Amino acid sequence: MTTPSGEKKRRGWLKEEFGNPERRAAYYMILPALIIVLVVACYPVLYGIVLSFTDSTVTTFGSFIGLENYVEMFQNPDFLEGLSNTLIYTVVSVALEFVIGLGIALAINQAFRGRGLVRAAILVPWAFPTVISAAMWRLMFQDQVGIIQYVANAIGLISEPILSDRTLLLIAAIVVDTWKTMPFMALLLLAGLQTIPGDVYEAARVDGANVMQRFFRITLPLLKGAILVALLFRTLDAYRAYDLFWVLGNRELQSLSTFVYEGVRISQLQFGQGNAAAVFIFVTAFLIALFFIRVLGMRTSVEE
Amino acid sequence: MASATTKGKGAGRSVLNAVLFYVFLVIFVLVSVLPLIWVFKMSIVTKGELFATPPTILPHNPTGAEYVQIFSDPRFLHALVNSAIISGVTTVVCLFFGSTAAYAIARLKFRFRTSVMTLILALSFFPQVAIIAPLFIQYSKVGLINTYWAAIISDTAFALPLTVWLLVAFFRELPADLEEAARVDGATTIQAFRKVIVPLAAPGVFTTAILTFIFAWNEYLFANTFLFDESTQPVTVVIPNFATIYTVDYGAQAAAAVVVTVPLVILVLIFQRRIVSGLTAGAVKG
Repeated sequence: MTTPSGEKKRRGWLKEEFGNPERRAAYYMILPALIIVLVVACYPVLYGIVLSFTDSTVTTFGSFIGLENYVEMFQNPDFLEGLSNTLIYTVVSVALEFVIGLGIALAINQAFRGRGLVRAAILVPWAFPTVISAAMWRLMFQDQVGIIQYVANAIGLISEPILSDRTLLLIAAIVVDTWKTMPFMALLLLAGLQTIPGDVYEAARVDGANVMQRFFRITLPLLKGAILVALLFRTLDAYRAYDLFWVLGNRELQSLSTFVYEGVRISQLQFGQGNAAAVFIFVTAFLIALFFIRVLGMRTSVEE
Repeated sequence: MASATTKGKGAGRSVLNAVLFYVFLVIFVLVSVLPLIWVFKMSIVTKGELFATPPTILPHNPTGAEYVQIFSDPRFLHALVNSAIISGVTTVVCLFFGSTAAYAIARLKFRFRTSVMTLILALSFFPQVAIIAPLFIQYSKVGLINTYWAAIISDTAFALPLTVWLLVAFFRELPADLEEAARVDGATTIQAFRKVIVPLAAPGVFTTAILTFIFAWNEYLFANTFLFDESTQPVTVVIPNFATIYTVDYGAQAAAAVVVTVPLVILVLIFQRRIVSGLTAGAVKG
């Protein structure tokens, strides 16, 4: 296989990579981080895929059972409920956050007094632990002392307790997530907007373009990169949501991630299905990222 | 677009625009912070007032009783200490390994540079829940379940992408001839990094430390999976459990939530400019 020249060439790059002290130093410096990532993230993914095809439990490694876990998982109403909740939650909250966030970014894309205060107000919900904001909102949705429940009852919007109705809970989860991450989305989009040079708009105005034309012909195309990054980031974040569902719903509101968690920590009988769901989340999240990169043409270069 | 609205056509219209603009800003800021203020109000009213219908807007007889109660609860204090240990150690480990890796990626030439960066960044999109079962089994085998290390190791792996990404952006801002000068003076690559780059990038390293700390402080899934004893559980795990411990004591639950977020709110208020520059460092380049 290896011709003398091929052999020489291979030795050539090995020598170039490890003979040069600067390059050798680069490998030493990268190695610890790389090992952590490979051992704590990459290896467990492969191990998880193997587990999902066996009847293992937390304590014993079982025998190979083919697709049985996956078949049972797709027949399990809890999984299907988690899947539909996760899809609705992801699509609705990311769409809301994007539309409102873009509107706010456009509105505050100018120099004004109190900019620092607005920026701090944006960051406050973002910096909260998700579980704590879920606990706080739970207190406000609560049927004895909750202000939101009180107002919603008073104006006749709803009559049942929010926290014991699964549909209302899902809506509540979307509200809390939008409150928490929409400002952050606005911040990312604002940073993108600030890279668009002002004279582009001047030129368009001179040419007689109106506000709508300027928005659709200039702002959106130039902002495409920032929008795609923000959308992909938020979509995958919402898709794997666990904290908010588990705490706001007090274990009543199912998502894909809570289904996996229950299999690992709550119900030993569901361990196999939990592993299958874990692989399902991993593969579908990968497909979502691929969709953004290939179909929507997101730039992924990490080089300058 | 925005400049078009402020310049306006006539003076009257631009005043109206400015007023509308500030009204809009006030609503936006209120929506962001009102839930925190309301929960704070819930934490300082008496039990009778908390259950009053209709609810009071301003507290009538502010009291610190709920705070006394949660601060005399050893479970809560212990959880605060656990959170500080887990996020503190995670931040230090991340900065140590993340800064060397980031320097190699930002400034040194080697063959797999792009692949390594892509692998580390891909991790920030990774659904952590996909690996909790394998990690649980592995940690059980080596006896890490219920120890700080189970949370620290997992948090470190998933905070590293953030740390590396931010530090790469900060290191690239430094002029390239710095290390050249150090090299001419006979320093090795690693010495040049330690003695020249790290001190000069200190503000960026500090921003990265804050963001990594917030990431680890807020982590819930790993802690809730690997730690099931109050001796090691952080606040994110303990506070939701307060809903069952202090069943109808909503004031105590509110007080606990306020206490946990105060350090974060202070960090954000002091360092908002830095945090924003760090967070948007990479996103803009796409």
